[in-house]
Amino acid sequence: MPRKSLDLPPIEYLSILDPEGNVDTKLEPKIPPDDLKRLYRTFLLSRRFDERMLRLQRQGRIGTFGPTRGHEAAVLGSVYALRPTDWVVPYYREWPAYMWRGWPLDNLVLYYAGFAEGMRVPDGNRDLPLCIPIASQLPHAVGVAYAARYKGEGSVTLAYLGDGATSHGDCQEAMNFAGVFQVPLIFLILNNQWAISVPRSRQTRAKTLAQKATAYGFPGIQVDGNDVLAVCVATQEAVERARQGGGPTLIETVTYRLSMHTTADDPTKYRSEEEVKTWEAKEPLIRFRRYVEAKGVVDERTHAELEAEVDAEIRGAIERAEARMKPNLLEVFEHVYAERPPELEAQREALVHHLAEIGETPPS
Amino acid sequence: MANETRKLTMVKAINLALHQEMERDDDVMVLGEDVGVDEGVFRVTEGLLKKFGEQRVIDTPLAEGAIVGMAVGMAIYGLKPIPEIQFSGFAFQAFHQIENHAARYRARTRGRYHIQMVIRMPYGGGIRALEHHSESEEAYYAHTPGLKIVIPSAPRIARALLVSAIRDPDPVVFFEPKALYHAVREEVPDAEETWPIGQARVAREGTDLTLIAYGSMLHKCLEVADRVKVEDGAEIEVIDLLSISPMDGEAIAASVRKTGRAVVAHEAQRNCGVGAEVMARIVETAFLQLQAPIRRVTAPDVVYPGFARERGWLPDAEHVLSAVRETLRF
Repeated sequence: MPRKSLDLPPIEYLSILDPEGNVDTKLEPKIPPDDLKRLYRTFLLSRRFDERMLRLQRQGRIGTFGPTRGHEAAVLGSVYALRPTDWVVPYYREWPAYMWRGWPLDNLVLYYAGFAEGMRVPDGNRDLPLCIPIASQLPHAVGVAYAARYKGEGSVTLAYLGDGATSHGDCQEAMNFAGVFQVPLIFLILNNQWAISVPRSRQTRAKTLAQKATAYGFPGIQVDGNDVLAVCVATQEAVERARQGGGPTLIETVTYRLSMHTTADDPTKYRSEEEVKTWEAKEPLIRFRRYVEAKGVVDERTHAELEAEVDAEIRGAIERAEARMKPNLLEVFEHVYAERPPELEAQREALVHHLAEIGETPPS
Repeated sequence: MANETRKLTMVKAINLALHQEMERDDDVMVLGEDVGVDEGVFRVTEGLLKKFGEQRVIDTPLAEGAIVGMAVGMAIYGLKPIPEIQFSGFAFQAFHQIENHAARYRARTRGRYHIQMVIRMPYGGGIRALEHHSESEEAYYAHTPGLKIVIPSAPRIARALLVSAIRDPDPVVFFEPKALYHAVREEVPDAEETWPIGQARVAREGTDLTLIAYGSMLHKCLEVADRVKVEDGAEIEVIDLLSISPMDGEAIAASVRKTGRAVVAHEAQRNCGVGAEVMARIVETAFLQLQAPIRRVTAPDVVYPGFARERGWLPDAEHVLSAVRETLRF
């Protein structure tokens, strides 16, 4: 009897809050009203920040920018499931998670304006910086999770990646290591259907990205990525399992990048208006607003208050960031090594001398 | 106990450093392919698994990128990982983790995180190995800001350098010249020894010419210095570079200012190699004292050949000798 079917785990799909705002009450997580309000506020902040940053880029006040519109439910639903002592390993679009974890907003503006100091992770925050080379942050997440367990802290690591990243060697290597070492780590894929211009169908022939977990020996689940509640529940389950020593989980959130990849590309070149419209109808902010309104957490008046609050916060952040945008070129010599080697010191002095010669004031 | 010494090969000396540093600091750990049960393909990690257990001596799946990338994450957390790449020729599959991340984390986060780790890898030729097992890649790494690159030349200095590298707050690429793993034995004290990264040493004093080398080339250069003294009556000063980056420009300059002549020798190919950097430093700092053009002895700019042809391809003492004589006669 050489041929038989192997007993492989089925892949679940989870959705709790549908686009019309209907909730499956059997699956609904119990999120306290204060948390719901804070989640909604962060959602709004992220959305308005995203819009504002696009305008700043068009005005030439910041550099290339990658918007996050459409991803917020997946990011906020998952980061909500963490404790402050847990770790967040983002790729480069998950700053709603940073907002949730209290990053100064002006740091993000500063970073996108080309000042590296904006990516200094606030002291005490257990976050990694944004990471541009695709999937290369994932092995770091394995190392962080391994170290956390070695130190016996019980903390969990949440790593984000996109659908394109799943094609990458680093993703395969990290998931394989995570499975072998059974580290407390959650891989959360933001499957937004596009890796710049290449569709999800060109990343893999596999039916789902979630099923890839099976190959590495840990659970995988697909969830509606525009549904804060579903992402939250899936992440809470994964976090709980990881904390109990149950190892990693892969969560594929099915979502959509509603804007361009970055301000450097034009999505109308590679995807249809109809497709975007279909996804606009499943837009996560409207859906979440319906939910918090139904819960009585937010009404017209509080919504208007929150809009005014986040608008003021963003304006303040941009002002503070612009005040911090000092050319201060010698800053580039800091933090290369713990102690500057003599040759580098000589190069720094040469630059100071050069700046003086061309009449630029060396920084304080 | 403190004054006791043991006659050790480089493998044993490096192993001693690992044992002592892992005893001293619970955050130091070793990971890589075959580093545990097999104790490393060169036995560099012998006895570690038994003493420190599998949480700290980690046999990993076979993937260089993840070995280094995982170590980056461990270092972010504050551990001091020592990833081993079995042969340096395989490290290119981890190069992006070294260049994009290990070297840059401190700068990327403006000092919030730094990567205290030592990437150990056997390198260099002369042991009749397979393809991709004999190359010298130090120049690739030396071009990367944020990294330190060291290459020991003998057991005692290897142990001291490794201890310094493990305690260094910056990522260090530690190239082990595998041709020397068992070639030389030296008295190594049990008591702790360190050697500052970034500092060269004068391996032999002389007045007529400065010969700059590192790794296994150092021994060929010392041999040449002996011969030249007997056959030509000239005193060659030999500088053992030890640290490729940062490079001890002062030591090179001081020696060449004294001798007025210089030859630099390495196993790696010539184009944009470490020798070119050494020559540039000499021109910048000791040009007016030069009495002859600087010469370099390197491998030719071709792919490392199969071992049947590595003799003659790999620069040997005869190559160095003729470069030294031409420079002395100029």
